[in-house]
Amino acid sequence: MKSVKNIAIGILVLAAGVYAGKLLFGRSTLIPAPVPAYFSESEVTGDSSAVAPGTVSGKTIDVKPGGSIQEAVGKANPGDLIRIYPGMYHETVYIDKDNISLQGVIENGEWPVLDGEKKLNDAILYSGNGILIENIKITNYKGNAIMGQAGNNYVIRNNWIVDTGVYGIFPQFGKNGIVERNVLTGIEDAAIYIGMCDNVDVRFNEVYGNVAGIEIENSRHALVEYNYAHDNTGGILAFLTPGLPIKTCFDVIIRNNFVYNNNTKNFGAVGSTVSHIPKGTGILIMAADDVTLENNIIMGNDNAGITITDYGYAGVDHASDPESEPNSDRITLLDNFMSGNGKNPIDEVKALMITKLSQTGPDIIAVGGGVGSCIVNPSRYTTFGVDKFASCQVSDTRAIKTYMLDKPVAPRVTSVSDKGKMTYYGVCSGCHSYNTRLIGPPVNVIQALYKNNPKGIADYIAKPIHKREDYPEMPPQNYLTAETRTAVAEYLLTITK
Amino acid sequence: MKKEIIFIAGLCAVLMYRYTFSERSVAPGITLCATCPPGFELTDSNACKLRTIYQLYETGRSDEPGVGGLKSPLPALRDGFSPQQIDLGRYLFFDPVLSKDGTRSCSSCHQPDKGFADGLKTSIGENGTALKRAAPGLWNVGFSKKFFWDARATSLEQQMTGPLYSPAEMANTPENLLKTLNEIETYRQLFRQAFPDRHRNNIELQEVYQAIAAFESSLISLNSRYDQYAHGYHEALTIEEIEGLNIFRSFVARCAECHTPPLFTNQQVAVIGLAEPDNKPLDPGAQTTFNDSTLRGAFKVPSLRNIARTAPYSHAGRFGTLREMIEFYNLGRGHEVPKGERLHLHWHIWEPRLTSYEMDRLVDFLNTLTDESFKPQTPDLLPSGRSSETIKVTLNHNPPSL
Repeated sequence: MKSVKNIAIGILVLAAGVYAGKLLFGRSTLIPAPVPAYFSESEVTGDSSAVAPGTVSGKTIDVKPGGSIQEAVGKANPGDLIRIYPGMYHETVYIDKDNISLQGVIENGEWPVLDGEKKLNDAILYSGNGILIENIKITNYKGNAIMGQAGNNYVIRNNWIVDTGVYGIFPQFGKNGIVERNVLTGIEDAAIYIGMCDNVDVRFNEVYGNVAGIEIENSRHALVEYNYAHDNTGGILAFLTPGLPIKTCFDVIIRNNFVYNNNTKNFGAVGSTVSHIPKGTGILIMAADDVTLENNIIMGNDNAGITITDYGYAGVDHASDPESEPNSDRITLLDNFMSGNGKNPIDEVKALMITKLSQTGPDIIAVGGGVGSCIVNPSRYTTFGVDKFASCQVSDTRAIKTYMLDKPVAPRVTSVSDKGKMTYYGVCSGCHSYNTRLIGPPVNVIQALYKNNPKGIADYIAKPIHKREDYPEMPPQNYLTAETRTAVAEYLLTITK
Repeated sequence: MKKEIIFIAGLCAVLMYRYTFSERSVAPGITLCATCPPGFELTDSNACKLRTIYQLYETGRSDEPGVGGLKSPLPALRDGFSPQQIDLGRYLFFDPVLSKDGTRSCSSCHQPDKGFADGLKTSIGENGTALKRAAPGLWNVGFSKKFFWDARATSLEQQMTGPLYSPAEMANTPENLLKTLNEIETYRQLFRQAFPDRHRNNIELQEVYQAIAAFESSLISLNSRYDQYAHGYHEALTIEEIEGLNIFRSFVARCAECHTPPLFTNQQVAVIGLAEPDNKPLDPGAQTTFNDSTLRGAFKVPSLRNIARTAPYSHAGRFGTLREMIEFYNLGRGHEVPKGERLHLHWHIWEPRLTSYEMDRLVDFLNTLTDESFKPQTPDLLPSGRSSETIKVTLNHNPPSL
């Protein structure tokens, strides 16, 4: 077995190149750290720092042990880089700003460590666009290591994540991102969980000792390549989960990964989707569409190397969702290297083996509904349920280099010209109307007072003083930025009805 | 300054109805409001279109509304109604003449001062009939895709036919509703104003529904202190409230997974495993709607906007305070599921083990979602001549059989 493993590693190194090699061989302790590869400011050719968050344009804020990362985030402006020096930090960091980079500084193998001491929920929460998080060790949280909510253009790399609760790295509702070269272990659900995202690359990560290694869920245009997923319950998953606001999961490429020995006993929380995954699951596709598997090395997964299923599989008991199509359609199985899978499958698979008079468990098993799937060279593998698969028309995925976008997703506020109008109707119109008294004076009265003087209005609304006895005092609108106050003042002077 | 002062909006109501008239009299002076409610811009084609700061945001996904995160765009609102239709809808909404016996209006169960809910565990219908579920609040209802706790209606128009014609609620019939309205000359005039392009005189049902839908869609609440924070003014929330926000969106509490900003609902149905009060049999919820046993006990995820105003909570009014509602989730997955029921509990229902401190902070945060700055005014007088005052009703423990 050992020699087979070495052969497989050799193949992977050939396929994955230097970085993955470092991941595999560069271990010195029980929990191997990622190899610090580069920092966001180094413009290595082909380096992912070309994407928006790597462009650090502002100041650098240093955080040293005893200091607070959150305090630094509070001081930071878009474009700033926060450097975290080696030492222990016990906090939840939330970033509700755009274009902030959190960069750990690793000195002589010493990492900055975010330690939740099993008391804190999440280590890092972000909602801004253009967030970069790298070189941080995160451990002992209850929820997530890193969770994004609707942040686009994210870069999460070279982090070392050990037992952070439910998920490790979890970008949610984000478009255009990369998750690479992280090492994650001890996660009770998915270590890397791409949830309801679009256009993401997941590369060069090592995930082991988790319930699920990498999960692509209700996401579109995901490239999962050169990852090492081993000793999880399930290695790599592509799911369409019902009951979520995003109702599709498609266009997923899983290639050049090493999916090995995912036979760890399932320790998922009762009720979670992954708690139903049989141990020994290499790659699992559930209700996702247009998934391509190519050139993966899938070995030693005791239940099945590749499982393709609909919702009915293995007792997943979600309430149904009429808007979620439950079948895995158009699955493309190109050449993969598979060996030693299905040695100790679950009873349902064993029953299937008996009906097929098979002594060995499956490399590939397809159950449930689904149309339009295909396979290359099925006779290479032990298969169940792929008889109806066609022969693939495509031979490889090499045309796809990345699923990230050519350009970053545009900043959220795209229509600055409308800012004044949206603010006027969104806020001011509760108290002011054009020519009638509401709570405050009519707009035409204000226009007469502040003719050609938008600055006067912008200044007044930030800090109003009580001018009119017959009107209530205006509450300050200082929560609007100076730019917004000016925009709304200018708009207010143009209103004619 | 008293905050309540700025909550009184709706100038037309103030200006135009300052006289009394007897029941069912003609009121020649009534003119419907020609300007849009706050939050809406009047277009050149006399349509009211929502304008909000959230419309400045883009997800980068052109085909889908924003879900989650702070600066996320909203799904499409049912807007584009004329100011006159919205104002007519306001009168209809508050007018008890819409019910069979003239005692119950839409606003009987959807009271502006109670977050457009009614403050009761479960609502009370015609003749004091006890209804099965709690009245949901209506703020931002124009963004909804599904209506009723069990998601059985897919439009506001379809929704309102439920209470209007339910024998237990307003107990009317389409025929009687039309007859009643057509007999009120003021309404005939107002409908002519609101629907000027038609070539007939009689009020039609679709016009009634459209006007009420227009009014309901105008109930916008997007100016809370939370929104100020979301737009970038981080001083809008206290440290404790931000702690609450972080718990809310954490993957331990998981509130934001279903109560997803910016509307604080993901518009899905979910099974949370809540028992009915007083050992009543389990309410099947969306199981009935979709004829699907996996949806047994599933209910629509309610928005949390103005949630501080709509106690008691849950479809059955089980909890008097937000703290108690949160405690339910914290007591663990399935702890209330009745014996013999096998429910498909949502996977986010788990064992969060929040501390008492954390639950208090969640309450702090939920209280920042209050914004009633665009609250419409209750009409002083109604075209029917009836009072818009909510008639105090008491539960009739022996209601007439239906």
